[in-house]
Amino acid sequence: MNNIGRNSFDIGYMDTLASGDSPLHRLDPRAKLITTFIFIVTVVSFDRYALAVLTPFFIYPIVLIALSGLPAGYLLKKVLIVSPFAILVGIFNPLMDRGILFHIGSIGISGGWVSFISIVLRFMLTVTAALILVSLTGFNAVCAALIKFGVPKPFVVQLLFFYRYIFVLSDEAERMVRAGSFRAFHSGAMGFKTFISLLGNLLLRTLDRAERIYYAMCCRGFDGNIRIIRSMRITYQEIMFIFGWGALFIFLRYFNVPLKLGTFITGLLK
Amino acid sequence: MSHHIVEASDLHYTYPDGTVGLRGVTFRISHGESVALVGENGAGKSTLLLHLNGYLSPRQGTVKIGDYPLTKKNLDAVRRSVGMVFQNPDDQLFMPTVFDDVAFGPLNLGLAKDEVERVVVRSLETVGVAHLAKRPPYKLSQGEKRSVSIATVLAMSPDILVMDEPTSSLDPRSRRRLIELLKTFRHTKIVATHDLDMALDLCERTIVLHQGRITADGQTKKILYDEELLRASSLEKPLSIQLKT
Repeated sequence: MNNIGRNSFDIGYMDTLASGDSPLHRLDPRAKLITTFIFIVTVVSFDRYALAVLTPFFIYPIVLIALSGLPAGYLLKKVLIVSPFAILVGIFNPLMDRGILFHIGSIGISGGWVSFISIVLRFMLTVTAALILVSLTGFNAVCAALIKFGVPKPFVVQLLFFYRYIFVLSDEAERMVRAGSFRAFHSGAMGFKTFISLLGNLLLRTLDRAERIYYAMCCRGFDGNIRIIRSMRITYQEIMFIFGWGALFIFLRYFNVPLKLGTFITGLLK
Repeated sequence: MSHHIVEASDLHYTYPDGTVGLRGVTFRISHGESVALVGENGAGKSTLLLHLNGYLSPRQGTVKIGDYPLTKKNLDAVRRSVGMVFQNPDDQLFMPTVFDDVAFGPLNLGLAKDEVERVVVRSLETVGVAHLAKRPPYKLSQGEKRSVSIATVLAMSPDILVMDEPTSSLDPRSRRRLIELLKTFRHTKIVATHDLDMALDLCERTIVLHQGRITADGQTKKILYDEELLRASSLEKPLSIQLKT
């Protein structure tokens, strides 16, 4: 019952993490944004049966988490919470694609299962990278970076408000569900009718609250421009970060490290 | 020209759903005055406050801040000089950390980075919560949230402070601390409240609203001793007076 509330708090926790002060935190948001972008594009660009070649990419989240001191367990939990989406996307692959791709012992592994696992792996990589980006940078700074890159302001402001209000929405929902469950003595499950009116109420309440918050922002001079206190400056560190990681990603994309490593080791064994 | 003057003349307001908020409200509050706005629930206190920095515009009548009537054109300037402390601090605090929240206003005003930092630290120190700077606002206690809300407004260096129920949901000690703090401010203050003891303590002048009209405007002491007037406005004598008599 309280899950919604706890989750929303947890998302808010990312912003708390972003106020940390490691060298990675201090990096210009644009550098982190662009690197994350290259990472995601590279990971997604593999063909659908890619499995082993994806594994070296885990080095990026692992190194970033280790260097910045972000709580790995927390991030992993976030990834798990959204993972049903990925599973839903890939779950039919094993049924559609039954051609046997390879055998482990006597069990034939179909292409469907391989592509399903590939989807899940990619999902884990990309979502972790995005979460790390926000936890290291803060959502406002990510938005500010987007604007610097020339993304039209209306889109970015939309994104910013979406993020701001998602908390408002989940808070309201939590309070209403709680109030409802206190008075629903007979059954645990909510009736359809109750649910519908709750949903309608939620919308109206959220609109009201969102408006008050917007008003509070206007009272303090919000004019659609996002301003952050951390100054943005591209120094050689940022350049190193982008090109270092970028080069590694492209190397891993075109050079099948696990395969080479495997052949090398089996070669040694022979 | 002085920014510290608030003048309303013949304000009328009806909400889109037909609820009448104000039916002709007129007053003038001058520099440095501290005014309590009292009245029963739905008397129009919040509606009136929302007019003072242009969130609602009256169906009839005008609001003057300083020497000029409030219009769309000077809205920004007015919002800068009229600092609004909301009834619910959760509406007011929306940034990831207390520091960011207080910095939001000054950044929007275009202050330089170190100037912003100075202003934030000073505002937080004024309300005595400098140690909370790194904390996320939603994890604070009600009293702390209220202090931070006031800091966010102070950071804009307003001339006029408008507060909606500042002492609601505060424990007695936080309430006392807040009142003492507000006493130290030299701003023009307009405080909508049900806390008549605070009104007695903090404001030399009181305006009584009843069903969208002003039923009394004068010295707080006189008004809060006037049992008949209070009863007619669905109010009652503050406890401190009841105990004395």
